[in-house]
Amino acid sequence: MNKPLRRVAVFCGLLVLALLLRVNYVQFVQADQLSNDVHNRRVAINQYAQPRGDIIVDGKAITGHTTTTGSDFKYKRTYVDGPMWAPVTGHASQAFGTTFLEGVEDKFLTGNDDRLFFNRTIDLLTGKEKQGGNVVTTLNPKAQEAAFKGLGDKKGAVVALDPGTGAILAMASTPSYDPSSIAGNSKTDEKNWVALDKKNDPDDPTQNRALRQTYPPGSTFKLVTAAAALESGAVTDVNAHTDTPKHYTLPGTTTELKNEGNIPCEKATLTVALQYSCNTVFGHVGADKVGLKGMVDEAEKFGFNEEQFVPVRADKSNFDTKMTKDQVALSSIGQFDTAATPLQMAMVASAIANDGKLMKPYMVDKLVAPNLSTIAQTNPSEMSQPLSPENAQKLQSMMETVVNSGTGTNARIDGVRVGGKTGTAQNGVDNKGTPYAWFVSYAMTDQGSPVAVAVVIEDGDANRDDISGGGLAAPVAKKVMEAVLNK
Amino acid sequence: MSASNTTTITSIGAPNRRNTELALLVFAVLIPVFAYANVGLAKNDSVPAGLLGYGVGLGLLAGIAHLLVRKFAPYADPLMLPIATLLNGLGLVLIWRLDQEPSLGKAMAPNQLMWSTLGVALFVGVLVFLKDHRILQRYTYISMMLALALLIAPIFFPGVNGAKIWVTLPGIGSLQPGEFAKIVITVFFAGYLMVKRDALALASRRFMGLYLPRGRDLGPILVIWVFSLLILVFETDLGTSLLFFGLFVIMLYVATERTSWIVFGLLLSAGGAVVVSSIEPHVKERVQNWLHPLRLAPNGGVTETAQTMYAFGSGGIFGSGLGQGYSRLIGGIAPKSDYILATVGEELGLAGLMAVLLLYALLIERGVRTALAARDPFGKLLAIGLSGAFALQVFVVAGGVTGLIPLTGMTMPFLAQGGSSVIANWALVAILLRISDTARRPAPSPAPSPDAEPTQVVRTQ
Repeated sequence: MNKPLRRVAVFCGLLVLALLLRVNYVQFVQADQLSNDVHNRRVAINQYAQPRGDIIVDGKAITGHTTTTGSDFKYKRTYVDGPMWAPVTGHASQAFGTTFLEGVEDKFLTGNDDRLFFNRTIDLLTGKEKQGGNVVTTLNPKAQEAAFKGLGDKKGAVVALDPGTGAILAMASTPSYDPSSIAGNSKTDEKNWVALDKKNDPDDPTQNRALRQTYPPGSTFKLVTAAAALESGAVTDVNAHTDTPKHYTLPGTTTELKNEGNIPCEKATLTVALQYSCNTVFGHVGADKVGLKGMVDEAEKFGFNEEQFVPVRADKSNFDTKMTKDQVALSSIGQFDTAATPLQMAMVASAIANDGKLMKPYMVDKLVAPNLSTIAQTNPSEMSQPLSPENAQKLQSMMETVVNSGTGTNARIDGVRVGGKTGTAQNGVDNKGTPYAWFVSYAMTDQGSPVAVAVVIEDGDANRDDISGGGLAAPVAKKVMEAVLNK
Repeated sequence: MSASNTTTITSIGAPNRRNTELALLVFAVLIPVFAYANVGLAKNDSVPAGLLGYGVGLGLLAGIAHLLVRKFAPYADPLMLPIATLLNGLGLVLIWRLDQEPSLGKAMAPNQLMWSTLGVALFVGVLVFLKDHRILQRYTYISMMLALALLIAPIFFPGVNGAKIWVTLPGIGSLQPGEFAKIVITVFFAGYLMVKRDALALASRRFMGLYLPRGRDLGPILVIWVFSLLILVFETDLGTSLLFFGLFVIMLYVATERTSWIVFGLLLSAGGAVVVSSIEPHVKERVQNWLHPLRLAPNGGVTETAQTMYAFGSGGIFGSGLGQGYSRLIGGIAPKSDYILATVGEELGLAGLMAVLLLYALLIERGVRTALAARDPFGKLLAIGLSGAFALQVFVVAGGVTGLIPLTGMTMPFLAQGGSSVIANWALVAILLRISDTARRPAPSPAPSPDAEPTQVVRTQ
């Protein structure tokens, strides 16, 4: 009987071999994938097993932590001025994941980033608890406060940039929410989370309108059309009369493109057209003088049709690349399918203010290890050059005319050159929805421009005639610029 | 040639390896004690208060077992007792470690220690009272009746987690009669096959290189096949069914030396498994979980299967360290019983899990070696049956938990929580030790030969 016994022995050996191969497959080959699976609770447990690093604004932490008991998680995230900073920080929740900076820099904040390996090893050897690194942002607390308070209980967003570097100075979105209220995993957190859901709160407070919502930019897009006109050579002298007719019919149609109110648009110069926000002039210039290709090229130089990473992802702003002529005319005044995030419009203003050079927007200045050594530093970098310096300066003077004697007088600041553009974008079928009030602007001192702002207010409790970029949005932009200028 | 030059091989001085066993037992007791301290230090930053008691207790159990082996089975295999002790000791530590998680319910380690003590007592009992394993041969048909009763009994009791493998006795708790049936049915198969093997080995025709058995000899294998399918259908337990059928095929093959039985066995079991798993909803669900281990449960939650895979994956190569894993996420009572290997995998890592699997492999190897060394056919069949059953069980459980095959309701011998399992497996090891003692015992020294002339040795077999 020994021959079959030996074969059975081999069979038993094969069974064990199969088991050994399988455990090697699971615990070695698949290990990374399994241990980082989204449904593997250990990921969240490890995230909150040590105090999370802080997000720093102007030397002060806007986040903190407390210890929790009775659950898998040891530490819970807390926030200072949560609703104001929510669009920047996002949330880090034991139960509901991470978003925005908390999400993008999660590994660094938890201390699991490879760049913190050396620190971790030292901590391990000295028996210290693992610590997370800090994320130092570029935000300006005064500007942020001005933006958040300026929006008040209205629905809207503000983005302020430093045109010289691209640093984000303010990023507010209202209505907002307190990320502290959903940071834990208790029943209360669960209830708050459900209440914040878009299905239960039509205001969608967790939405970051500054980065993740696109609006029709309306008349503020005329800045891009003006830039395209100058860059393409369609217009060389901004103070020369254009050949715009009194009644401009959209090319290939019988529809007349109308102006808002009785404004001097016939044969208006580009400066006057911007000052009064003439639809006819910019529709005509965009469609008939610059043309689709020139418009698309210029819009894309400003950052349209491309997601931005600051490093939080910002939605793609849209300018269609295939259109008929009448659609180009509508798009040139910020209508039709044209849509922009507040960040995008702030980038437009910042490029004009920075003499035509668009700096890549960013909000993380540096990553700092627990021992305060800098692990990574963001260096300002040029993204594109949508305008030549001369053309940028022409556009600046046009925008300053708007603020000094046009639709944007509400943004005037004594002793500072301010350039701006209002916008009142249509919304809804047949413009029945409440329009969006836009204002984009920059301030200019002798040392160049320290700030460019875009403000959008979605929903005023006013009727259609009262709501306009100049009336609602410009005062907010002014407050933010003043905060940066220390006025 | 003078008489003084003659060398005679005698039993005097033949090593019985009892001291080897003692030395190994020291390690088998020390390793779990260190593991126990490790858990305490990791969980509460202090050496657990029960460490001394646990160490002494495990040491006493091992010591008594060793002394009785020395007395009653002096030539028994020296590795089996230490391996069983080590596995049982580690199992106790793992259960105690999981007892530290409040979410997993009441403490079970004290009970398990009691069952282990009973198991060792049964082990000792078998060694003391079963002087020769061939005595079991007398009980071939009684064993059959007993095995049938044990296998059928759970049908009359409510199922647990879908599988009906339990007998619930009020006041005492639940028993898993399948664990005992495993041993009893092996005794029956061994006795039956020893008698019938010549008839079953008769071949009628050669077909594609295989000797096909005669039609009427197919009877026994078909009966066992139908029976195991009935277990599968009525108790919805794939593991038990696979175990008994596999066991029978292995023993049939060893007894008859006919490869055709293996082919028949494989065909029958594959056919049966496919048919039943596509009909029986409980088995079907297990198969689905096996095919898609990470798929979310219908209510959106993470399934036990997925939690187990996460535990293994998170353990990686070296593991999180005892007491520092999260296998409690599997939830319920399962981490201490069916899924105990997940805790091994997560906290001791791939290295620890492979070590544990190799311990099982070594125990199986010693069992098969005992079968090879046994001198009587009944002993050979019994030893290979017990080792084969053990090997199949280890494979079915470990394979199920790690996702190699669909999960079944059996438990890891010695390691997992469960009274029936630990008692039955101690008895199994005791029988193997008894067979190996008989096998390795030197033949009684021959009467001194009157003349010192060298004798020619003739091989008769």
